[in-house]
Amino acid sequence: MRALLEVSGLTKRYGGLRANADIAFDVKEGEIVGIIGPNGAGKSTLFDLITGFQPPDAGRVLLAGRDITGLRPDRISRLGVARTFQKLKPFPDLTVAENVVVGALARTSDMRTAREQALESLAFVDLLEKRNHFARELSTGQRKRLELARGLAMRPRLILMDEVTGGVDQPSIAGLIALVLELKERGLTIVMIEHNMQVIMRLADRILALHAGRRIAFATPAEVRGEPAVVDAYLGSIDNAA
Amino acid sequence: MARAERLWPRPPLWVSALGAAAIAFLIVYPLIFTTSPSHHLMILILLYALMAQSWNVVAGLSGQISLGQAIFFGIGAYSSTVLFAKYGVTPWVGSLVGMLLSALAAVAIGVPTLRLRGHYFAIATLLIGSSVQIVFQRWDWVGAASGLYVPIERASPFYYLQFHTSKVPYYYLVLSAAAISYWVVWKLRRSRLGFRLQALRDEPDAAASLGIAVARHKVMAFMISAAMMSVAGTFYAQYVLVLDPERLFSAEISILVLLMAVLGGSGTLWGPAVGAAILVPLSEYSRSWFGGTGRTIDLILYGTLILLVCMWRPSGILSLLEERIRRRAGKP
Repeated sequence: MRALLEVSGLTKRYGGLRANADIAFDVKEGEIVGIIGPNGAGKSTLFDLITGFQPPDAGRVLLAGRDITGLRPDRISRLGVARTFQKLKPFPDLTVAENVVVGALARTSDMRTAREQALESLAFVDLLEKRNHFARELSTGQRKRLELARGLAMRPRLILMDEVTGGVDQPSIAGLIALVLELKERGLTIVMIEHNMQVIMRLADRILALHAGRRIAFATPAEVRGEPAVVDAYLGSIDNAA
Repeated sequence: MARAERLWPRPPLWVSALGAAAIAFLIVYPLIFTTSPSHHLMILILLYALMAQSWNVVAGLSGQISLGQAIFFGIGAYSSTVLFAKYGVTPWVGSLVGMLLSALAAVAIGVPTLRLRGHYFAIATLLIGSSVQIVFQRWDWVGAASGLYVPIERASPFYYLQFHTSKVPYYYLVLSAAAISYWVVWKLRRSRLGFRLQALRDEPDAAASLGIAVARHKVMAFMISAAMMSVAGTFYAQYVLVLDPERLFSAEISILVLLMAVLGGSGTLWGPAVGAAILVPLSEYSRSWFGGTGRTIDLILYGTLILLVCMWRPSGILSLLEERIRRRAGKP
């Protein structure tokens, strides 16, 4: 299988701090790649560099072989890359349905088609009954699903999800896992930042582990679990906390 | 079940009835109130309703606070008047030229300033507004500080857009212009462009992540806004037949249209009209009540009103109603 996303040498500095240092990984078509790492490891920065929200200082991002490094976020999005934000960004003064319509309008200019696709997306994330509420009225978990629906309505080939299970109550997590697996089934390629170890071990085909802006592992979940550097940096601290 | 659902919520019956009554009232208004001052008052209300709506497109929909709408008011007035006075071109064509020039001016102002976030756009439009005023006050070809007169033509009033015996034709002209502008904005708000503007107003990053070219869309909103304002300028020139750069390009006009839209409800369709219907009579009457000193009294009243709105309902008088209507959609 060819790589849909190839990242090499990606580097971002903020003053003296290296938020991302020489990051390299690839995502094959139809694969789920998880990104783990303690807070401040550079996960969200990596998303921003890939999706064009920040320009990298060095390195390259290839989408299906095409160099997209440093393109504007809307250009990258139109090439079929959707993302969600760790700090959620729904359009608060639009209704839930209208939020998702904006996503669907990336692919169609017909309002009726956009509305239908939006309702499909909302049904998929099980948010249909909230469609006429304003986005600002939703709970955190619902807003996460809304962002997902909005991104999916764009019919992307690649989606980058930033902590979809963060701040979501335990019973809802099973639903989110099923949802991600269903997306994979449909052929979507997924990169997900995830703090919940059980979730990521279960979902990811491969895991990229970051620590202090550096890649410390990129391998299957089983291999990453055995990697001493990962255990030290991340898993160890989780075990201690639990 | 989802397929059968209406694309847009239907407003409640009493809102539709109120709207129909308002439209009927506006159509027969000159027949009920037959004096010239009452025509003048409503002409000003409709003119300001159009101007406040123009501000609402760039600020209410795309979230960019413009403090320079008077630029386009002036461009509209000067375009039609210069073309008519110097070349005998009908103001109908002049208003189209004005719209085009205003849209171009919006691109020239918007491209460098609208990619910046924060208040740069507001500050830039305010400063450019006073610069443009100074240019017109010094520009001899267009009459410099003394301005221009629209040459009087008594024949073919509709061709020359001058009506010397009655204000009623002006009334229906401005009513039509305002009606068209509200219809355009009504369609715009439900269009792809309209949704994209509201999206980038609320969350520019999320909008960009959904493929929306944020800066380009803001410029488009500004162009539409400028063209609308320009129509008001041409109308005003034909109505008063005198072009005074001091008045046309004044910051007061820019601020006034902002106040009206904010008072009525910025971002709503009818808010600017409601704001104009409240503030124009307030301004006119306070000036006549207080005589010459009323000039500042009306500004004090505006300030008080805005203060009250900010305390009571920061999103304007109409926002409450609009939310109710939208939420009603598809309720089981």
